[in-house]
Amino acid sequence: MQTVLSLRLIAPGDPEFFALLRDKIAHNPDFFRDAPVVLDLAPVADATPIDLEAFTSELRRLRLVPVGVQNAGPAWQAAARSAGLAQLGPGGQPGTANPTTRPEPLRQRPTAPPRGAGLVIAEPVRGGQQVSCPDGDLTVLAPVGHGAELVAAGHIHVYGPLRGRAFAGANGDERAMIFCDQLEAELVSIAGIYLVSEDLDPRLRGKRVRVWCDGERLSIGPVP
Amino acid sequence: MSQVIVVTSGKGGVGKTTSAAAVATGLAMKGKKVCVIDFDVGLRNLDLIMGVERRVVFDFINVINDGIRLHQALIKDKRVEGLYILPTSQTRDKDALSREGVERVIEELRQEFDYVICDSPAGIEKGAYMALYFADEAIVVTNPEVSSVRDSDRILGILNSKSRRAERGEPPMKQHLLLTRYDLDRVAKGEMLKLEDVLEILAIPVLGVIPQDDMVLQCSNLGLPVVLEPKSTAGQAYMDAVRRLLGETVELRFTTPPKKSFVNWLLRRTA
Ligand SMILES: Nc1ncnc2c1ncn2[C@@H]1O[C@H](COP(=O)(O)OP(=O)(O)OP(=O)(O)O)[C@@H](O)[C@H]1O
Ligand SMILES: [Mg+2]
Repeated sequence: MQTVLSLRLIAPGDPEFFALLRDKIAHNPDFFRDAPVVLDLAPVADATPIDLEAFTSELRRLRLVPVGVQNAGPAWQAAARSAGLAQLGPGGQPGTANPTTRPEPLRQRPTAPPRGAGLVIAEPVRGGQQVSCPDGDLTVLAPVGHGAELVAAGHIHVYGPLRGRAFAGANGDERAMIFCDQLEAELVSIAGIYLVSEDLDPRLRGKRVRVWCDGERLSIGPVP
Repeated sequence: MSQVIVVTSGKGGVGKTTSAAAVATGLAMKGKKVCVIDFDVGLRNLDLIMGVERRVVFDFINVINDGIRLHQALIKDKRVEGLYILPTSQTRDKDALSREGVERVIEELRQEFDYVICDSPAGIEKGAYMALYFADEAIVVTNPEVSSVRDSDRILGILNSKSRRAERGEPPMKQHLLLTRYDLDRVAKGEMLKLEDVLEILAIPVLGVIPQDDMVLQCSNLGLPVVLEPKSTAGQAYMDAVRRLLGETVELRFTTPPKKSFVNWLLRRTA
């Protein structure tokens, strides 16, 4: 599976923006190298569009591959078109670009989240292995090693240490969560919003936690 | 029944060849008939460590590709009864290892030997893959450092998914951890991982812990498998590992600093 990153533009005009982004990339360069990126314009929908052409060429200099925008209002749509970016729907799928209606509000929850039977894995997931469950919850009853990758449309449960990366809500479901017995993850992501190891509160390291999406960002807390 | 055992690691230079030579020699010393094969095509050094490099005429690659018979290539060890070495080529590359060819040689060796030990090259490319593909058991050689442990974890994943046993849905390969170059001083200083830390990550049974020992290099310069040097602590630890491989229960040694002897203590008091 190819992971598409969603870059939420909150203050794209901020002079610090690229310096902060570069910092973030430096923490996990392998993960970001040549990664496809969708610009999520929801937070700036009402602001005046910036020069997306200049902005995307700056992203390419950081070896990111901007592919499209989501949640673009009419003005931003024009800017995106001239920068050669695709218009994607709020969940990351190709959207029906309808310039007369406002984009759907971001917080709107999908009415029927996709949930299949799910997948249960009983053996350790080793570095270099990827397990994905495209239509339900993924449960692992063993350790997940460094460099291993878990991807699920729904929740991810790890009954053991989670040392690799976990992508829950991979189809954009922000209600998906990650649960693990021992948080040592390299990266946790829900609906494309992610935290890398460096960002995790050291007090939560090694603890039994739950990761959920709390509006614009991920929250992590102990499981009672 | 014949057992094919791959000695593998992912990471280079951790002690695979040293371990393959020691385990093969140790098994033969215990009365087993053993063949050790060098899969590191182009970088052969098993024959050097086994001290037979001046007796190589034909090799593994000749047997696979050039119509040479297995018995023309096998080198019989002169020190230990029942020990044979199948060297590899220094000039060919790993593409010379066809799966059918490797399979034919391994099946032929199974008819005759109790143990076939495959010394894998580093990395996760064709040579390493061929060395593990037909194996029944794996000895995963790991050094007590983070990068080595991660590569071992990666190799364990490959053993579980890419081997013939995995592809055929047969019972999984038996996996053993051999923690080598274990340096108690550096472990105590926190510069290297403790056995427990490695086990916690890899979660497979320990076959042995081999101490860092300068005699390993001296022995390999002499072409002497380290188990043939009784003064070597590494050799003793390898011999313990061989006994565990044969099903004996042997306590781990060399994992805690040696107790200060009474004499040392006296000397310190009077100094
Ligand atoms: N227990 C030990 N104590 C000290 N030195 C050791 C020990 N084990 C191995 N070495 C040294 O480590 C080096 C690498 O060993 P070896 O060639 O067996 O590794 P390898 O994993 O086969 O390497 P490669 O990946 O290149 O095939 C050698 O110089 C060897 O002498
Ligand atoms: Mg070697």
